[in-house]
Amino acid sequence: MVGIVGYGAYIPCYRIRVEEIAGVWGADAESYKKGLLLEEKSVPAPDQDTITMAVEASRRAIKRAGINPQEIGAVYVGSESHPYAVKPSGTVLAEAIGACPDVHTADLEFACKAGTEGMYLALSQVKAGDIKYGLGVGADTSQGAPGDALEYSTAAGAAAFIFGREKIIAEVLETYSFTTDTPDFWRREYQYYPRHGGRFTGDPAYFKHIVGAGKGIMAKAKVKPEDITYVIFHQPNGKFPLRVGELLGFKKKQIEPGLLVNRLGNTYSGSSPLGLTATLDIAKPGDVVLIVSFGSGAGSDAFLFRVTERIDEVRDLVPKTGDMLNGRRFYVNYGTYAKFRKKIRKAEK
Amino acid sequence: MRDVAIIGVGMTKWGELWEKSLRQIFVETALEALDDAGVDRLDAMYVGSMSSGLFVGQEHLGSLLADYLGQRSIPAARVESACASGGLALRLGFIDVASGMNDVVMVAGVEKMTDLNPNEATYALGTAADQEYEGYHGITFPGLYALIARAHMEIYGTTREQLAMVAVKNHENGALNPLAQFPFKISVEAVLNSALVADPLRVLDCSPITDGAAAVILAPLELAKKLKKPVVKIIGSGHATDSIALAQRKDITWLESTYQAAKKALAMAGKRIEDVNLIEVHDCFTIAEICVIEALGLVEKGKGGQAVEAGLTRVDGRFPVNPSGGLKAKGHPVGATGVAQAVEIVKQLRGEAGPRQVKGARIGLTQNMGGTGGSSVVHVLAAE
Repeated sequence: MVGIVGYGAYIPCYRIRVEEIAGVWGADAESYKKGLLLEEKSVPAPDQDTITMAVEASRRAIKRAGINPQEIGAVYVGSESHPYAVKPSGTVLAEAIGACPDVHTADLEFACKAGTEGMYLALSQVKAGDIKYGLGVGADTSQGAPGDALEYSTAAGAAAFIFGREKIIAEVLETYSFTTDTPDFWRREYQYYPRHGGRFTGDPAYFKHIVGAGKGIMAKAKVKPEDITYVIFHQPNGKFPLRVGELLGFKKKQIEPGLLVNRLGNTYSGSSPLGLTATLDIAKPGDVVLIVSFGSGAGSDAFLFRVTERIDEVRDLVPKTGDMLNGRRFYVNYGTYAKFRKKIRKAEK
Repeated sequence: MRDVAIIGVGMTKWGELWEKSLRQIFVETALEALDDAGVDRLDAMYVGSMSSGLFVGQEHLGSLLADYLGQRSIPAARVESACASGGLALRLGFIDVASGMNDVVMVAGVEKMTDLNPNEATYALGTAADQEYEGYHGITFPGLYALIARAHMEIYGTTREQLAMVAVKNHENGALNPLAQFPFKISVEAVLNSALVADPLRVLDCSPITDGAAAVILAPLELAKKLKKPVVKIIGSGHATDSIALAQRKDITWLESTYQAAKKALAMAGKRIEDVNLIEVHDCFTIAEICVIEALGLVEKGKGGQAVEAGLTRVDGRFPVNPSGGLKAKGHPVGATGVAQAVEIVKQLRGEAGPRQVKGARIGLTQNMGGTGGSSVVHVLAAE
């Protein structure tokens, strides 16, 4: 049996409200709130990045797993905001959690699904018997150009999952990936903000791939939506996950525990993985959980889990996702946000 | 002048046709019109397209499209008059056949708009306004029509709800049109709660950005009579222009070009507006339909909003307006719109409009408009 042995989440404590951003750009806040079901989003502090958040989330995953980090044989970090273009995030993470030097690391990028890619690779190596434990992390300080629709949702956060064969929290029942060449969203080398195809990011991209992966994994595992307790989809806004859930035959109550975007924002590579952490936080032994990510370009990874009794032993060892989402928060104005996100810079003397 | 009939029509599903190119959209639609007419050879072709250059980087459409339709070497021209390009193409095709110069003439309209992002598309559409006196100052079409709407509300007491009722009525009709981009109903409440675009206009007051084409085949009436099919004649054609810039009009709530074009078309047809059984108008924004029904003389100046509220323009009203769903629900691939209006009227006059059929329709009118009314083209069609 192979599965998740530890998981951890990290969400920064800063927030900005949709009204604050809309006020600056003279936009209609209500249309974002009602149309995209967005209220506020997390903002990383100036000294936080993909690596620091990946470290926080991974440490929590190790605590829940109760393992010696020296036994982690692979560390994968998926992000589209790796701090360096050349020099891995994975080495810093592996060093910080004490997994070096007997470890394989790699940085991954596939828009918003790089996190589940890391999870898939870590899982695969454990399954192959090459390593005892593998760590897969999705983390991002998402970029959205000033005034672009993306600016209302791009947020920061990280989720980490350790896969192994003993003391499993959630057994992996099935995996499935669905990939095509669909250019709906991209960022070229040396560009700071991504570009997107507007409405083209909907039907031919997000919906086609998540529906494809969702149907694919359910057919492969021979399960139906009613056999699944909870489902998590990539969440670029509040509307898409609910609609794709409906298309696949899921009910709102199956989606809600993992739907964080309304008050978290879109954490890109961390988006659906963070939804999975929030869902595991409330899951009961025997629950079946489906996660389907989506990355522009485009593809979806799907995992089907069955939660074990061990969840009750590890759940409360570290802060839960909801604790960070609803706990201590500091609201910043647009000026502070612009400074934190390096959209404005102090003059050099 | 010879009498002219429409012997074939073609229209394919409109919407975000991301997997089709401009020429493909055109050819599929044009072939449908050829099949409907039962002809395989054209004498000439006119294609309405507002801005294929800005939308897809392709000019020289006449030759390109004639070639891909398998009609290489025929005289073919692209016609442009902003959003009235399709209507003007129809008028030129009509004149061509009426003059005796050509017998079998295709009039088509096509636009492929969704390859651009919204900013680029807004810019392309904005070139239909007066660049020096409007565009450079930053105004776009939703803004211009918002000014008209605000003025209409201030002067005539037209209400926000009455504007919404135009969109609701057109969606109700469009829900019965399987080729429409948005074939579903909406409520007044949904319009009033939709995103604000340019006060007082909201997103559901605005026609969408659309990929699509429409085509008709014209022929002399004598030839049309030989075909075993209900005959639809073009009995009137009117075209008029006005200042492009809104600021240069005496009254921004009055569409003089539509008034003039309708007057000419009805005079040629020997009809009065009261004789018309159904009308397709250019509802690029809800306020536009209100101004158009006033300029056509369906109601007194200033009474358009009240008339919509009273149900005058519903399919079961005295003057059914936009049974196709209009630009709002059917979509608005700018260059194709004027031709699609004629396609709808022909289907209605032939009794082929299915669930949205206006019962007993014998005479139909189309009104197609460029910009905020800088050009208008009106046609009157009649069942033989």
